[in-house]
Amino acid sequence: MALDRWIALIFIVFCCSYGYLAFFTMDQDVPPFMQSNPVWPSTFPKMLAVLGILVGLVVLLGLEKPGDDKEPSATEINYRRLHEYKLGQALALLGLMVAYALLLRPAGFLMATTLFLVAGSTVLGERKFHVMIPVALIAAGFVWYLVQQVLGIFLRPFPFFLGN
Amino acid sequence: MLEGIMIGLEAAFSIQNLLLVVAGCLIGTFIGMLPGLGPMSIIAIMIPVAITLGDPAAALILLAGVYYGAVFGGSTSSILLNAPGIAGTVATSFDGYPMARKGQAGKALTIAAVSSFAGGMIGVILMMIFAPALSSVALLFHSAEYFALMVVGLSAIAAFAGTGQVSKALMMTILGLILATVGEGALFNMPRFTLGLMDLQSGISFITLAMAMFALPEALFLVLNPARGSTDDGGSQKITGLRFSRSEGRAMVPVIGRQSIQGFFIGVLPGAGATLASFLGYAVERNIAKGEDQAEFGHGSVKGLAAPETANNAACTGSFVPLLTLGIPGSGTTAILLGALIALNVTPGPRLMTDTPEIFWAVIISMFIGNVVLLILNLPLIPYIAKILSIPRNYLIPFILFFTLMGAYIGQNNATELLMLVGLGVMASIFRFADYPLAPLLIGFILGRMLEDNFARSMQLYRGADFILERPMTLGLLVLALLLILLPSYRARRARKRAEGVADGD
Repeated sequence: MALDRWIALIFIVFCCSYGYLAFFTMDQDVPPFMQSNPVWPSTFPKMLAVLGILVGLVVLLGLEKPGDDKEPSATEINYRRLHEYKLGQALALLGLMVAYALLLRPAGFLMATTLFLVAGSTVLGERKFHVMIPVALIAAGFVWYLVQQVLGIFLRPFPFFLGN
Repeated sequence: MLEGIMIGLEAAFSIQNLLLVVAGCLIGTFIGMLPGLGPMSIIAIMIPVAITLGDPAAALILLAGVYYGAVFGGSTSSILLNAPGIAGTVATSFDGYPMARKGQAGKALTIAAVSSFAGGMIGVILMMIFAPALSSVALLFHSAEYFALMVVGLSAIAAFAGTGQVSKALMMTILGLILATVGEGALFNMPRFTLGLMDLQSGISFITLAMAMFALPEALFLVLNPARGSTDDGGSQKITGLRFSRSEGRAMVPVIGRQSIQGFFIGVLPGAGATLASFLGYAVERNIAKGEDQAEFGHGSVKGLAAPETANNAACTGSFVPLLTLGIPGSGTTAILLGALIALNVTPGPRLMTDTPEIFWAVIISMFIGNVVLLILNLPLIPYIAKILSIPRNYLIPFILFFTLMGAYIGQNNATELLMLVGLGVMASIFRFADYPLAPLLIGFILGRMLEDNFARSMQLYRGADFILERPMTLGLLVLALLLILLPSYRARRARKRAEGVADGD
């Protein structure tokens, strides 16, 4: 089964659970004064769940034939050639993003950002650390200044143990 | 209207707003040139900045400048590298790149800039004529019609999403609508589908979603496939000789005239947008051209370059019409702009022009300014800006990812948002792999709340679903939506039947 139909299957399962929540768990919470209303909070989700399952089935069963098959170009992305791609690098970068999210508060903005930028370029194969580290530091400092001072949004610059 | 123009002039010509237009255009050009980063990603990254400006007119002016700049930057990379930053400038590379190969990169850029300028200008003038008219019609609409109109918009976007399968686009639209129901709605005052998580209480942030749908997958794809957006000879190419000859100018004029009008009206239609306008513009001009002129198309024809450039800019302007008059975005980009406006407590729609004319007209006037800025400021700077194309990707990609993260963080000031961004981004990348269009998802998400509100209001007014039958316009629009969805597959089936019939000797 092609990837797009797997996605359709997952989508149908998702719609079923969404529909379950809408049909069977939401209506008990409706306060009495709203019960005479023609629309409840669950009305629209119920419609969406049913529609979603129907459309998902159309994709899953292949009821609609795809348009004229074009030859995918070399620069167009195609999952069938995933093994030729640099999947490791992409996954490593995603991992770095997660690490950044978790480190941002405890490590402070400046350190987390510098680490992220340097590690990111290292993952991509950069080895000129004498260029990358200053560039990352300057960028982190500049963005911090922009966000904190110009836009006025609080960003803790230093690690938690150094105070604010 | 004159009064409005005066208000707009006053607002747009403040020092702050002028600076914002210039900054927006420059930033847009700068980033739009990078292969793989389209206007949607750039605007998504810029939204937190725009929102912190606080003033809706200023925010919209900045974002519109970025939009224009990005489209212009996209044409630059199409011409210099044959690597269109966005789908809307693919047709530009047909003739722009051959011209650059002949050593006329400077001329090609000027032709592109001049035709974009003309297309944008004529587009804005057409908009000044048609937007007020459309607004006054839209004032007659009730929530039932709005509900139906949004359904039409969503169906049109799904029908024209361009992957050849309407059902896939519809699936994405419904997913967007479902995501929009998460959180506490204005209508019912009760949290829905939060799964007991505090972070979902206020719903999914649309900036996070926009970043995850567009900026993050693009950056990941640049990592996955280095051939995508390779910058082999771009940085080193010399750009000289920005002038074109008088006879070339004369050849461009009729093309610009035709394509700006055609492009504008294509842009107004929901779902069609700049990409379709530029391809159609190119095709039409090639068919109209005769003899040698036609043979030159694809080998560096002036007309072949002017046509898509005029059309895509006129279409960009046209796509603002439904946004500003009906509050219904016709494209992914205008959907993101709508999201930004809602975040600033402005509800675009027919009332926008009467209630807050300064916003409406300031945007229109700043479109004029934006076009001028692109022509007189950006064009001479292009040789220098093009240097960005030679920044190594090892540096570029971490920065793109970092800006994506920052955008999501600034919007919500919450580190959990970043995890959500990564999760949604991975999901979006998988969708892209399987050829699911993502713009319908985002548009569905942004329209979802309004769609439900209008639906609920009409249901309450008519004590049930009778409004569909009692209001002829609502019924008509809903039938139109159904036709839009069913027509493509019906036509495909008929074409197949006919092909089979021929084979059988029928």
